[in-house]
Amino acid sequence: MTQVAEIALKVRSKNAGPFWVTVDVFCGTQAAYDTLRMALKTEAIAALYHQPTQALKRFDIPDLNVIKFSFPRPVIQGHRSDRDMHGAQWSTLLAELKV
Amino acid sequence: MPTRVLIPSGVLCLGFDRAALARGVAMQPDLIAIDGGSTDSGPWSLGAGQSKYARSVTKSEWRELMLARAEAGVPLIIGTAGTCGADACVDWMFDITQELATELGQSVTVARLYSGQPAARITEALAAGRVKPLTPAPEISAKAIAQMANIVALAGAEQIQAALATGADIIIAGRTTDTAIIAALPLMRGDHAGAAWHGAKIAECGALCSTNPTSGVILVDFDEAGFTVEPLADGATCTPHSVSAHMLYENSDPFILYEPGGHLDVTATTYTALDARRTRATGSKWVPGQYTVKLEGARAAGFQTTLIAVLRDAHYVANAQAWADKLHVFLDALIAKRMGLDPASYSLDFRLIGVNSALGAMENRTGSPVEVGVLLIITAETQALAAEIGKLANPHLLHYPLTESEELPTFAFPYSPAQSDRGALYEFALNHVLELDDPMSAFRLTVTEVTP
Repeated sequence: MTQVAEIALKVRSKNAGPFWVTVDVFCGTQAAYDTLRMALKTEAIAALYHQPTQALKRFDIPDLNVIKFSFPRPVIQGHRSDRDMHGAQWSTLLAELKV
Repeated sequence: MPTRVLIPSGVLCLGFDRAALARGVAMQPDLIAIDGGSTDSGPWSLGAGQSKYARSVTKSEWRELMLARAEAGVPLIIGTAGTCGADACVDWMFDITQELATELGQSVTVARLYSGQPAARITEALAAGRVKPLTPAPEISAKAIAQMANIVALAGAEQIQAALATGADIIIAGRTTDTAIIAALPLMRGDHAGAAWHGAKIAECGALCSTNPTSGVILVDFDEAGFTVEPLADGATCTPHSVSAHMLYENSDPFILYEPGGHLDVTATTYTALDARRTRATGSKWVPGQYTVKLEGARAAGFQTTLIAVLRDAHYVANAQAWADKLHVFLDALIAKRMGLDPASYSLDFRLIGVNSALGAMENRTGSPVEVGVLLIITAETQALAAEIGKLANPHLLHYPLTESEELPTFAFPYSPAQSDRGALYEFALNHVLELDDPMSAFRLTVTEVTP
């Protein structure tokens, strides 16, 4: 088992407006893209973020060697129970995922 | 007609490369456009109607842009002025502009585009079925709308074009889409619509679409078939990869971008490197649709007081969650007894810094931190109540024991008093669009001659 961060160039996350979060996996090379595209199961990513699978939008973008996941924020940005205003630390969960 | 737009940086107050800006001015742009904000930092700015940026920084950067405008002899536009683009922020930016006009000895025509929405307009539109939810949308009602501190609509190209048509030297726009301030002019001059919106999206974050993201300055050439983007700082380049990858940024869908009156589709876009610095894109599509503008609203959701205690004692560090849970139950009982408050009327939120304060229930790692910061966030209906709860909690946060048999512990408070009043808490309360027959019907334009 290997962490995604050891295969990918970079994993980042950010709000896409106050109601969505988006996580981008920059694979760097086609080989890494091919590996991660197969290894990253949509169901596993949904579970990682406590989301129902159907709530997750997934984009496999071969031109950029990028895999992108977007989903509605379970807590709206800035709500009293929000813990990360920019959603930028959410990437760590995917970066540390073992595949 | 080809149109050249100079973008000094992704947002005013982020800084820009001075030499690159001068280079851009020398290249004779048709417009200088800069963004003034977004929802990035959260709902406070919109709720309070205040900029999150320092006035001193805003003024010093705006001074440089006003000088650049005078030299270039073309309009200067800022969108989403004062972080949130509320009417009060447009006037704040106008005030700064007036001061600078005096200091710089400039006579300028200033157009102000207001995006603020009176609650009555939105309530009527809601009743008429002209306010539509996006996904996911908070529940709204006439009552909820009346309680919002500020509501703004995001202006598109049409409203910016109306402002440009006044012949103003400087346009201070309230809330706009990030792209509209850049796309409006090329669209007005008949350049390719897909290219106008796509080029605007690529350039709206400044040099983030280049290999040197912090250098700021970007130049975009729009024409009848596509757009060409060029970074102006030394050593920065825009490659097909850096440009196309920018569509990923803060977008839930990297191929589709909704704007007032339609959407941009970049599924079939071709990116070509013109040389080592410049990238050209063609094939972007604009798909016209119903005319709607997105709404943003913030409502006050109580007032907050916070306290921080640091646990360093290894036994408490190891049992921090159990300690916080037990203290929570104890404080709820004490608040009911001493203050007679219903638990539904306030909230205590313990964040364990060093354990899971960023990710909460999603956190899947455990470790052995040296210390744990306990951040207690109190939310109540008034500041006085939140402060009172803070004072009530204070001695217990300092001394609460895990078991009754042990000597009272004393944890580390970083300052005195331990409690800090945070003021009002605001929450985003709208993720909706408003249908409009006339794009200007929900916006207001004022033109003023400003003399030194």
